Amino acid sequence: MIPPMKITTYVEALNEALREEMRRDALVFVMGEDVAKMGGLFKVTQGLFEEFGAQRVIDTPISEAAIAGAGVGSALVGARPVVEFQFLDFITIAMDQIVNHASKLRYMTGGMVSQPIVFRAPVGAGIGLGAQHSQSLEAWFVHIPGLKVVMPSTPADAKGLLKSAIRDDNPILFLEHRLLYSQSGPVEEGTEYSVPLGVADVKRNGKDITVIATGRTVPLALTAAINLAAEGIEVEVIDPRTLKPLDTATMVKSVKKTNRLVVVNDGWRTCGYAAELIAVMIEECFFDLDAPIRRVCSEDVPMPVATSLQKAVMVSEEHIAMACRAVLAA
Amino acid sequence: MKRSSGPAQTSGIPPVNGDTRLKWYGQMCSIRAFELEIVSLNKAGLIPGTAHLYIGMEAIAVGACAAMKDEDFLTSTHRGHGHAIARGLDLGRMMAEVLGRMDGYCRGKGGSMHITDITRGMLGADCIVGGGIPLAVGAALGSRLKGKKSVVFCFFGEGACNQGSFHEALNMASIYRLPLVFLCENNLWALSAPFAETTAGGSVAGRASSYGIPGEKVDGNDVEAVFTAVDKAAVRACQGMGPSLLECVSYRWEGHSIFTRVENRPQKEIEEWKKRDSIERYRAHLLKLKIATPEVLHQIDLEVADAVSAAVTFAKNSPQPKREQATEDVYS
Repeated sequence: MIPPMKITTYVEALNEALREEMRRDALVFVMGEDVAKMGGLFKVTQGLFEEFGAQRVIDTPISEAAIAGAGVGSALVGARPVVEFQFLDFITIAMDQIVNHASKLRYMTGGMVSQPIVFRAPVGAGIGLGAQHSQSLEAWFVHIPGLKVVMPSTPADAKGLLKSAIRDDNPILFLEHRLLYSQSGPVEEGTEYSVPLGVADVKRNGKDITVIATGRTVPLALTAAINLAAEGIEVEVIDPRTLKPLDTATMVKSVKKTNRLVVVNDGWRTCGYAAELIAVMIEECFFDLDAPIRRVCSEDVPMPVATSLQKAVMVSEEHIAMACRAVLAA
Repeated sequence: MKRSSGPAQTSGIPPVNGDTRLKWYGQMCSIRAFELEIVSLNKAGLIPGTAHLYIGMEAIAVGACAAMKDEDFLTSTHRGHGHAIARGLDLGRMMAEVLGRMDGYCRGKGGSMHITDITRGMLGADCIVGGGIPLAVGAALGSRLKGKKSVVFCFFGEGACNQGSFHEALNMASIYRLPLVFLCENNLWALSAPFAETTAGGSVAGRASSYGIPGEKVDGNDVEAVFTAVDKAAVRACQGMGPSLLECVSYRWEGHSIFTRVENRPQKEIEEWKKRDSIERYRAHLLKLKIATPEVLHQIDLEVADAVSAAVTFAKNSPQPKREQATEDVYS
């Protein structure tokens, strides 16, 4: 039986996830800049202050290190914080608390404590905000043992994964591409709906080539796949959804079928998340590959503001299609 | 013991009886004896890594932790053995952790700098200077969310006062009126950097006024003065009046860590501070007030020596962690 669906925006889906989890568990609380009375710069926390009050929806000063650290400390005494960074770029000020504290406290204490904390942040470029409001730094966090990294590409995944992230007992970076915030899609109704962490999703089936894409680049890959279908090329699009832990099996199964692979990620090319995905796939299925793997990433430059320059450095559906054609021609 | 949330303790003179004073004396002696053993164990090559000794500063930890109640929390620093001992952690499990052994508090993964005991409200030592201050704010927020009356005692050194996290955390604690006692242990030197050359304004306590909270400078070598000041701040915090900043001035007798080979502090200054030894001073005080006889204090000294010796034996007999444990405890 197909469960009832509701067309929901990505922002609404995140908001519903927060609201449902806060209703379910009185230890879940939200803190960050402008999250309470304003409802968040991107409206993800809208209405939560009115429903849950100032103790559970906390406006903070512009103090990213203390915001993150207060989240970590509250988790140490059993609370379940959801910390919002207004832009992922600002998390650089809080890196000590995330990298030296949240990710390591369990290990350093021999398993004595846990860190049930979600760090939410909008990521990526595309609205002309320039180099300090546009970065896709997911690779940094994937690199750190002890952290999990989630990057949903649809409203349904956004809601289901945020609910799972809040229920998880580990520190989680929950990265939301801001170009997706206004996107709509069907989301299963009911408070029981969730999406497990660590499970990839095959967004489109195909037999000729596999495209592994993350975040905003998933809808781009799907558009590229439609365009390539007109050329007789059947593209399989896989969204890992959880960048760490990675569902390697789903991707290996696909590559063993298609024997060709393109990896797409909005982060920078050098030492980016795409590089890690390619390394994993080469270790797992080198002899299944009929052609060299290609990656499609952001150019290795800080993000410029001019629309023409942004377009030049950001991943596009045409870049993905070109990479697919090149791999198929090899 | 529960803290009274009413205005009962407004006289400024908390009731302290003779037994309590003897306990404080014993705790200060335990800290020193424990760390002198670390020096010996290090010479014997038994310590993997380093340890930062608290010797000379014992009165701060003992006086401050004496003001803690069961439901309270503390955050500590890389120089944290004193806080852990004063909070009543087990010496054997502590020493096993210092030696990186299986029976240590952190199963050998944390070592000297990360001793934690969540069951005693000891939220952990933290060796990013200033890193533990926001954590303490979070612990206060979290326990308030849970409807608890806990006070969080946040230890840090004077070096941490020049970190951004100090400013961010004190500001946040003040605007939310959180139940915190910020305990700056000013031992006048951050490795080779003297306080006067690194700290604008010349006073940590003076910075409290920036946050609209009480600030007080305390003689960190006087256990009773520390207790009185901290207890007052804790009662205030518990009554919902917000955080306080106490600057406990003392001195570390040893180098920055057992790793540090170079000592650039003036020898004369070190000798001067040793003359103000908090333990000797308290011993004289107890004898003078006839709270104890030399025999009673000697008996405590013997008990402390036995307990530390037993801790060392326990730690030495504890096995190394198994290789497969290296990959455990990364995730919950």
